[in-house]
Amino acid sequence: MKNAITYFRSLFLFELLKGLSLTGRYLFARKVTLNYPEEKAPQSPRFRGLHALRRYPNGEERCIACKLCEAVCPALAITIEAEPRQDGSRRTTRYDIDLFKCIYCGFCEESCPVDSIVETRVHEYHFEERGENIMTKDQLLAIGDKHEAQLAADRAAQAPYR
Amino acid sequence: MDWLIAFWGWLPLPIQILLKIAAILIPLLLLVAYYTYAERKLIGYMQVRVGPNRVGPKGWLQPIADAVKLLFKEIILPTGANKLLFLIAPLISIGPALVAWAVFPFDAGVVLADINAGLLYILALTSMGVYGVVIAGWASNSKYAFLGAMRSAAQIVAYEIAMGFALVGVLVAAGTLNLGEIVMRQEGSFLHWYWLPLLPLFLVYWISGVAETNRAPFDVAEGESEIVAGFHVEYSGMAFAVFFLAEYANMILISALTVLMFFGGWLSPFQGIPLLGDYTAWVPGFAWLLLKTFFFMFLFLWFRATFPRYRYDQIMRLGWKVFIPITIVWIVVVALMKVGHMPWWFD
Repeated sequence: MKNAITYFRSLFLFELLKGLSLTGRYLFARKVTLNYPEEKAPQSPRFRGLHALRRYPNGEERCIACKLCEAVCPALAITIEAEPRQDGSRRTTRYDIDLFKCIYCGFCEESCPVDSIVETRVHEYHFEERGENIMTKDQLLAIGDKHEAQLAADRAAQAPYR
Repeated sequence: MDWLIAFWGWLPLPIQILLKIAAILIPLLLLVAYYTYAERKLIGYMQVRVGPNRVGPKGWLQPIADAVKLLFKEIILPTGANKLLFLIAPLISIGPALVAWAVFPFDAGVVLADINAGLLYILALTSMGVYGVVIAGWASNSKYAFLGAMRSAAQIVAYEIAMGFALVGVLVAAGTLNLGEIVMRQEGSFLHWYWLPLLPLFLVYWISGVAETNRAPFDVAEGESEIVAGFHVEYSGMAFAVFFLAEYANMILISALTVLMFFGGWLSPFQGIPLLGDYTAWVPGFAWLLLKTFFFMFLFLWFRATFPRYRYDQIMRLGWKVFIPITIVWIVVVALMKVGHMPWWFD
């Protein structure tokens, strides 16, 4: 008896019709597509995008060349060289991040004792020439200057959880 | 109007025929182009996406962009390929799909070649299409293409028989091979059409038609998860586009033929029904034909969006052990109905 039922169900394509009704219903379902360049998904304050070096409000760069980020970087993407400056403080003379090596794990940001190296929300960028993937200290500082307001706001939003 | 008819009569016969062919093929190819767009859009919708919407307003120019792209791409000839066969295969594939329209009646008397063996002609041509696939697979000198061709050949052999038998049922019921007359025998409301007395044959014909065009769920010939793209792995540029055109032209052909054989072609579904029949009497027959054909074209896409691919041995089982017995039994039933002059359809 059970076999007969299964036989007739398969002969009359019962399950296929069920499948068709499902896709038929989804034809009229609300679409979830984001029309990307015009519409964008919301980002978390913890978003990890392009890197930046921040400054203090008085304009002094935060980085003290402790090289913790260089040490923690799992992809060995960060290269730092440092020397004492005229005023005796220790500063970087070179701070390069190879964005081809970087895996955007955010460990550099976590390890930084002075919140200098951070990852911004910028994720739409591209390179056109070989070598552009190496971000120099000046470029990183410029990105930091450009997005400082957003960066500070994101750090403030994160502060209660740290 | 009169001068137009006079001008038409003045044209030499070959020009007249060429113009008629153009009048069929140009709308057909446009339909094919927008069928691909409809497919992407519809499958997108069923997957809760929106589909192509970037080229032109709402993506309406997408098929044109695709065509232009493929036109400008290089046709790569694989080393060791048989050049002549490699380039002829797409043409063999698309030729029958277009030529079959010659005997297709679009309305009462509106047909390019009103031949008496129309059904045989259609059967002969639709089975020609597979030679394109087989030759493409062989000439490519690629194992995946060859596997795709073998699968396709076996599948077509299995389903061609069921399809032929289903059409024998139509033949018995109508008593004529002329496509226009097959439609005229179904005259009456939609309850007079052959889909009702020939329901199992209709289902077999339609499913075999899906299998014959190598469409999901019977698309083992190009099963991308197993054999890359099957018989057309090695094809690029316009040669690939022609295969693509052939596939979609075949889908439209199968949809239109199903309408012709089982759904009364250009006949109105409400003919003879009081009130409804009178109100819809002004609709031209061509519009009904188009409407019904669109429904079956939609089914093709709906199947593609819904069903996973059949396993190869299951395809063979369905073809040989389910469809062929069903059709043979039902041909006998149809014959009995016909001999017994069953009221309503065959009286």
